[in-house]
Amino acid sequence: MDRPHVAIVGGGGTGAALAHDLALRGLRVMLLERGELTSGTTGRHHGLLHSGARYAVADAESAVECIQENRILRRIASGSFEENGGLFVAVTDEDMDYKPGFLAACAACGIPTGELTPAEALQIEPSLNPALKAAVWVPDATMDAMRLPLRFFASARRNGADLCPFTEVTGLLRHGALVTGVAVHDHLSGRDAEVPADLVVNATGPWCERLAGMAGADVPVRPSPGVLLALRGRLCNRVVNRLHPAGDGDIVLPQRALSVVGTSAWVVTDPDDLDVPEEHVQAMYREGARLVPAVAAAGFRAAWSAARPLVGAAGGASSGRQLSRTFKCFDHAVTDGVEGLVTITGGKATTLRAMAEAAADVVCAKLGVQVPCRTRETVLEPHTAYYTGGRAA
Amino acid sequence: MSEDQPRMVLLRVFRYRSGDEAPRYDEFRVPIGPRTTVLDALLGVRRLQDPTLTLRHSCLHASCGTCGMRVNGREVLACVTRLDGLGDRVVVEPLAGAPVVGDLVVDMEGFYRRLGPSGRPLVRASEQAAPELPDLERFEDCIECGLCLSACPVAATDPRYLGPAALAAAGRLLEEPRGADPAAVLGWVDDAHGAWRCHVAFECSEVCPAGVEPAGAIMGLRRRLLRDRLSRLAGLHDREARP
Repeated sequence: MDRPHVAIVGGGGTGAALAHDLALRGLRVMLLERGELTSGTTGRHHGLLHSGARYAVADAESAVECIQENRILRRIASGSFEENGGLFVAVTDEDMDYKPGFLAACAACGIPTGELTPAEALQIEPSLNPALKAAVWVPDATMDAMRLPLRFFASARRNGADLCPFTEVTGLLRHGALVTGVAVHDHLSGRDAEVPADLVVNATGPWCERLAGMAGADVPVRPSPGVLLALRGRLCNRVVNRLHPAGDGDIVLPQRALSVVGTSAWVVTDPDDLDVPEEHVQAMYREGARLVPAVAAAGFRAAWSAARPLVGAAGGASSGRQLSRTFKCFDHAVTDGVEGLVTITGGKATTLRAMAEAAADVVCAKLGVQVPCRTRETVLEPHTAYYTGGRAA
Repeated sequence: MSEDQPRMVLLRVFRYRSGDEAPRYDEFRVPIGPRTTVLDALLGVRRLQDPTLTLRHSCLHASCGTCGMRVNGREVLACVTRLDGLGDRVVVEPLAGAPVVGDLVVDMEGFYRRLGPSGRPLVRASEQAAPELPDLERFEDCIECGLCLSACPVAATDPRYLGPAALAAAGRLLEEPRGADPAAVLGWVDDAHGAWRCHVAFECSEVCPAGVEPAGAIMGLRRRLLRDRLSRLAGLHDREARP
């Protein structure tokens, strides 16, 4: 049997994009996911393709990443986004005070904006709070949280990547301070196996501290859940954001015939044990209705929590909002003296491709592979190809 | 009901692993609150009682379509099906009509193969904005969960039947072809295993969690096919009647 060059642990958006990137560069890839693909954090996100405007004022690095990836993804994954744009809506005097700095920060980050009067905003989005004071258009879009990563998975598999859902990593194979592969349990067959690899990439999102810990390595990541609320009815056609510093319940957007309001933020230790605090659900109704009044009376469809992997000093921020949304790649040979293990974490659904490129560059440098990244221009397979495209031999 | 004493429900869960001689049912007692969904309970089982339980899930809000299963014999999305009101014993089984890969996981390849010829574009322009603005885009309502195919009595006996989701996609394509050739779509569904095979049981529309109404789409396809046939016949008749 061919020895895989790289074992990727984690079948979320990051693992999907990384499997695609490495397969395109000609590496042998095996991806292991304990459940169904995208069953961790990835599938649960808001469904927002960020323009970056949300982060422009306080987190310019993330904002720039978002607008760059926003443009790339529209090109390589056309058909996976509702390109209806987004509005940042001011409803208080404080929001109006925030506006000049917001516009300047967006301009500095390269994010296009368009100012709208209340009348103009209500004309294109009649669902808005009629008491709005101003609105700013930005190139936000909505996406399908699962089907975008499926396009990366389908493309990776087409290029030979071996995707193994329902295969749980139970340990890391070690040879002294060297990680030589992963031990897995296949839930579908009930069998245990060892997967040798030249390099193991930890793409487990909020679970990455746990996997790195198996090698005695440390990752400063905080699992930071947020509550989201799905309501019956498509209440608006664009992404509606509050024009203020990022806070709770300040994004309302359409998903098919539903509307999704989010989110909140706190910090937990176990990303498998997420509750949905009732007061957070009520906050989604209350804050969402300040932007789109119909939220208040809309029928309940679901409320859930998703744990973001936020990179920050352990023991630091407690609310999660102070932590940057940017991503980090850790070569544990450098950070912990553990060779053969790389962690890619943090980031956002919008930046999955960029996260993969950064991680793949590290992987290739470590393995002595000199092939440039091609994911910026490679158009992805349709999501249906994941189911019908057959499996790699 | 007191919060300290949550109600307990007995889940009877279908279990199967490749190599097993036959499926079996395992029982798990789970605590439920007013908002506990079938999926919440199954994830709790996996976390606290049996980590080998396999199931599909992703979005947790009826948008991705992965957590389709049969609960007390009825096709549902586990993520939006509350246990409260389903009784003290609840039977959980995989969707019907597709090979079981493990426990509650079925292979969706057949479902997607049926959908294939529709092209299944996710996004369509379908709502008119103000005249000077471009058309608004929206995701199609079908979430590809496969509940309709599992519930369809015809699909259970005719493996070649295109099935409700694919026929609904064809109907949607005719409403807004966006470059597709309507004649090719009609040719695809005008088949003994296509639009004409439906027995009008309406189970598909009953179980659809996204309000797609596949049965209505199938009836629409039949009307369209009949109308086209009649006008072809009439055209033939007109030509024959002319001197």
